[in-house]
Amino acid sequence: MASLRGKVAIVGVADTEVGVVPHLSATQLYVKAAKLALEDAGITKDQVDGLITCNSFVEPYLYHAEMIAEYMQIFPRYCLNVATGGGTTLAIMHHAASAIATGICNTVLITMADNMLSGLSRDKAIEVMSTAGHAQFERPYGPPIPGFYALLAQAHMHAYGTTSEQFAAVAVACRKHAALNPAAQMRQPITIEDVLNSKMIAHPLHLLDCSLVSDGGAAVVMTAAERAKDFPKQPVYLLGVGEGHSHEHISQARSLTTSAAKEAGERAYAMAGLGPQDVDVAELYDCFTPVVIIELEDLGFCAKGEGGRFVEGGRIELGGALPVNTHGGLMSHCHPGHPGSLFSVTEAVRQLRGECGPRQVAGAEIALVHGQGGIMSTHCTMILGKERN
Amino acid sequence: MAAPTGKPVPVPTRETQPYWEGCKRHELRIQKCIACGHYQFYPRLYCTACMSEHVEWVKASGRGKVLSFTIVYRPVTQAFAADVPYVVALITLDEGPQMMSNIVGCPPDKVYIGMPVVVTFEDWTEEISVPKFTPV
Repeated sequence: MASLRGKVAIVGVADTEVGVVPHLSATQLYVKAAKLALEDAGITKDQVDGLITCNSFVEPYLYHAEMIAEYMQIFPRYCLNVATGGGTTLAIMHHAASAIATGICNTVLITMADNMLSGLSRDKAIEVMSTAGHAQFERPYGPPIPGFYALLAQAHMHAYGTTSEQFAAVAVACRKHAALNPAAQMRQPITIEDVLNSKMIAHPLHLLDCSLVSDGGAAVVMTAAERAKDFPKQPVYLLGVGEGHSHEHISQARSLTTSAAKEAGERAYAMAGLGPQDVDVAELYDCFTPVVIIELEDLGFCAKGEGGRFVEGGRIELGGALPVNTHGGLMSHCHPGHPGSLFSVTEAVRQLRGECGPRQVAGAEIALVHGQGGIMSTHCTMILGKERN
Repeated sequence: MAAPTGKPVPVPTRETQPYWEGCKRHELRIQKCIACGHYQFYPRLYCTACMSEHVEWVKASGRGKVLSFTIVYRPVTQAFAADVPYVVALITLDEGPQMMSNIVGCPPDKVYIGMPVVVTFEDWTEEISVPKFTPV
């Protein structure tokens, strides 16, 4: 199988303002993120010949990518709308890299946004997202999204003795990082006790084990690696990418404690010729705290069942062995729905460029980004590096 | 549980009609592959183990064990508000397939992983009865 290793680079990244952004519609967030990413890449819209988006919950269009192209008046030769939930971002970048490497197009603009908070309200957003459950075989039982993930958490606790304090350590680390990030939605530091004392949502998950509901958008520009040096910013190269898909509905999952992140990670590492020991910073999908623990295990940062102990003692905080979610993640930076994991990508690129100021991981050369969507259903892992080889 | 006002009442499809017919008669039905003996849920056109289209409906034992569960305190919609705290669980049926349901007839804090349970039915409408599970 042909490898994408070193063939494609990210040459522009941008986030809109995030959190509560009532003055921009969902569509405006998409095109705002796109404009900022083009500026970061130092190119005009005429140089974009590929466009990929994800659809919006709030302002959906039948052909969403075409809608954004039409709005911006760009006329791409490759135009695609991808939907694999929270895994969408990285799957999109996998598609974009494949299109660039095979010559379908040269320069791809990826833009993702939504305004789940201002466009829907928190209650409505929670209700809309719960339609991820199977209409006949899950939703009649009243599972909220945190309830789906609580099933995984409970199974992990039962199998491996993982504790609520260990779940809480993930939220504490994300908030600590968000406190260093002026863009983050929630910046007030929290403690493990704060998490344990927050309202119980779906046992064993407390309110502070859950990610945010937000507005916001992000965009990236990708191009062929051989052209990357022509762009003004330090290029970041795609060294490895892999996907894994195990189910749509959690009631059909093969396993509650091991996810298809395992296959996604193995495929990405194999392409990159790297392993977990080579990763300087990891941006992991953190819709709920137990997800990070399962991902750390499945991506090989620790053995299966050791994830709870791995996150103790500040190991995933800045200054620890593996800083995770240095921007604050979905827990504390923002979570506008589908676009959530694109902020992991823009953060990883900035970490590798050395642009992160007080939250910079010193000397970061290799970043791992992981997205998952559905209820641990779709997974994509991407390994990024400062150097092409 | 309260009356299902506002709850998402299942709408059977051509594929799932025999399942809901069974529920209406308070009988939990799953599919069994005539070719290889594999049991499956939810219903499908063919066997996921061997892809034979010779699958038949059989009455399941209705017994299983709790694979995992959660106690929901923040209801998904107001239609479930009267039920909190309620237990959403995954059940592994004795025949092998797993399914989601509620554990009823027992205090939520008494539910545990591995708990033996048996099916019971809640009549929601003339046509739809929803299978739930209760401790054996």
